[in-house]
Amino acid sequence: MWDVVVVGGGNAALCAALTAREAGAKVLLLEAAPKEWRGGNSQHTRNLRCMHDGPQDVLVDAYPEEEYWQDLLKVTGGQTNEKLARMVIRESSRCRGWMQKHGVRFQPPLSGALHVARTNAFFMGGGKALVNAYYRSAENLGVEIRYETPVDAIEFDGLRFVAVRSGSKRFEAKACVLAAGGFESNREWLRQAWGQNERGEWPADNFLIRGTRFNTGKVLKLMMQAGADIIGDPSQSHCVAIDARAPLYDGGICTRIDCVSLGIVVNRDGHRFYDEGEDFWPKRYAIWGRLVAMQPGQIAYSIIDSKAVGRFMPPVFEGTTANTIEELATKINIDPAVLGETVRNFNQACQPGTFDHTVLDDCHTKGANPEKTHWALPLDKPPFFAYPVRPGITFTYLGLKTDENASVFFNGKASPNLYAAGEINAGNVLGKGYTAGVGMSIGTTFGRIAGAQAARAALSPQKQGVSDAVA
Amino acid sequence: MQSLKTIADQAVQWHKEPLTPNEAEVARIMQICNACRYCEGFCAMFPAMTRRLKFDNKADLNYLANLCHNCGACLHACQYAPPHEFKVNVPRSMAKVRKETYTSYAWPGALGKLYASNGLALSLAVALGLALFLILAIMSKGSLFHEPLAGDFYAVFPHNTLVALFGTVFLFAVLALATGVRRFWKDITPGDPSKPAVVEATTDVLRLKYLDGGHGLGCNDEDDRFTLRRRIFHHFTFYGFLLCFAATSIATLYHYLLGWHAPYDFMSLPVILGTLGGIGLLVGPAGLFWLNLNRAPLHLDPDQKSMDRGFIALLFFISLTGLLLLVLRDTSWMALMLALHLGFVMGFFLMMPYSKFAHGIFRSAALLKWAIEKRQPNKVGLSD
Repeated sequence: MWDVVVVGGGNAALCAALTAREAGAKVLLLEAAPKEWRGGNSQHTRNLRCMHDGPQDVLVDAYPEEEYWQDLLKVTGGQTNEKLARMVIRESSRCRGWMQKHGVRFQPPLSGALHVARTNAFFMGGGKALVNAYYRSAENLGVEIRYETPVDAIEFDGLRFVAVRSGSKRFEAKACVLAAGGFESNREWLRQAWGQNERGEWPADNFLIRGTRFNTGKVLKLMMQAGADIIGDPSQSHCVAIDARAPLYDGGICTRIDCVSLGIVVNRDGHRFYDEGEDFWPKRYAIWGRLVAMQPGQIAYSIIDSKAVGRFMPPVFEGTTANTIEELATKINIDPAVLGETVRNFNQACQPGTFDHTVLDDCHTKGANPEKTHWALPLDKPPFFAYPVRPGITFTYLGLKTDENASVFFNGKASPNLYAAGEINAGNVLGKGYTAGVGMSIGTTFGRIAGAQAARAALSPQKQGVSDAVA
Repeated sequence: MQSLKTIADQAVQWHKEPLTPNEAEVARIMQICNACRYCEGFCAMFPAMTRRLKFDNKADLNYLANLCHNCGACLHACQYAPPHEFKVNVPRSMAKVRKETYTSYAWPGALGKLYASNGLALSLAVALGLALFLILAIMSKGSLFHEPLAGDFYAVFPHNTLVALFGTVFLFAVLALATGVRRFWKDITPGDPSKPAVVEATTDVLRLKYLDGGHGLGCNDEDDRFTLRRRIFHHFTFYGFLLCFAATSIATLYHYLLGWHAPYDFMSLPVILGTLGGIGLLVGPAGLFWLNLNRAPLHLDPDQKSMDRGFIALLFFISLTGLLLLVLRDTSWMALMLALHLGFVMGFFLMMPYSKFAHGIFRSAALLKWAIEKRQPNKVGLSD
């Protein structure tokens, strides 16, 4: 009999396990993946979006609560919960000491990521180094860890959690934290969620999964079957445009394509379909996955000329190159006449201006369809490069409805000993959209709250429900 | 120096050759790393990588490989490490190219190639062969075991013989190593070293900065835990070696400048320095050997295990025989210990330019280039 069983093995699960253990609970952590794949999507992360009122070691200037909140409000289009969001924001300003205590180290922003130097604290070595540090700390503190133990059944007694099962094994505990991720690597579920489009395609069949193959959504499904309150739209996710040649799973950060704002993006018919220069790329990359998902065949091509080389993060796969647009079109199986026409129209529409990629400059088009509002330079310096892009799902937002205690609800009633954290409850804060590093802020905050609440529920059930879980 | 320059100028035009399979593997991995960059904080290699967009130049690849200290941090932190299909293993791939650096830049080239194929056996064979030769030389003059000689080495081998033997071998080693490094330096085209660059590189070398993990916690040994053990044992080894070298140098000055001849008193400077250095050279290599046995297998190039361990063993035996010689110098075992010690020392000097010893010199050169390069404008500065 355990005090707390944590289902999952990524950042939120580890934060919960460590916090519960620190509170004195006997903790068991069940990770579905084998040890070498442990950590879920957290192994692919790189930073934490942090509120701060002044410079703080690796963070420059200030990123006050209100600005953070406004950013979140903007990217989610209002599909958020202000109370929970502000909790996350405030907690992000004070969790780093705790993270460091458990071995996480921070570093100045990576080259090519200076745009987030003010808002995001980078993990030294990235998310896998963070995950490793947490596992080491958990082992040192006596958290029991079982790998290759995917939970396939959850037992309840009314609202009360009783036990989880994995195959023939059964783990009984006084409280439980569910932190087993979203359902993004369940291709069949994604297919159903996205359905069939007007062209008769099943768009999700062409999606790539940027992260772990172990987020099958099994735990979420079990909870849905058990009648837990659900939040979010199953088709909403953190979805970016990534290199179409990326592996099906675990392509991670390096498969991103960062040259969109420096050139044009066309669909397989050779037509542009969205303003590539709408805003800085870090503020726009999270909408391009969805934009590409809407295109025929769920594929598009980012096309640049030689002027752009060296101005963006080098891509992991070589681009297709050619000395003329028509030749390039042939190589990527687009009608050369159409692409030639698209580029000619675009080039002619480019207005004179002063190119500056560091500001929203005055290089824009006039008469192109759609217009490109910044950084519009004619594609006229060969060789030309094309990078194929497809939607890459990072994580899904469909999840368990939770409150400020991370409690799981059934028909509006909170379970006394069941909590959720990480991707599985991120939808409470992120209804849609994304901004860099906020997933880790949500996971860390709710992981620690869930861990503290679970320990409290297990060790002193009469005090359960007190909301000042995280100091 | 003219001849040295000519030799260097005539060096094989090797940067025009196609990449070796090991270099091609580093190039493949660097393209992935450069698109990720999570490891930038660990060491100098990754920031140097970000100053490049393409990895098709042999000199660049050898430079990056020699900046890598094989600390292992980037392997444990890597989301693309095996079993990921990208199979990114920076420490191992860099180690493989480093071995090629040592052997392909070696002068004379034939010796480098010989060493490349059989480093450990060659080192030990040379050391033991020389020891045997010296033992036979002693026996040809009489008995190996003798009446105590009160520590007078020169009664066994005349001073001039020792100077001629060791002077020649040492000068050859320095010339060979200098020629190899000069070729390397010329290929990686570093530009002119400024004073701050030299100071920084020297400090980085003497402190072994890049075994600190970038956060001061150290590097990885058997798993993802950070420890300072490797850095500490390396310090023992390196400074132990320097103290021994200092002891010998001071003794040489005593001999020629002051006319004070060996054996020196136990409390004399050469003996004190030599003893301290000898202890360092026992503790350091023993520790490094132990760490090497327990290292995460993925860090290392399996083909270099014997070379690495052979080098560590050679250092250990130099020290062990040296200390035994000190202890036994007043007994009838002195001649035997002297022959053994000299055999190991001479074997070490002979193999110096081709053995693992070269890593210190090539890595120092790479660190100096980095100290110069980081002060130059970044040609691929990303605009965001």
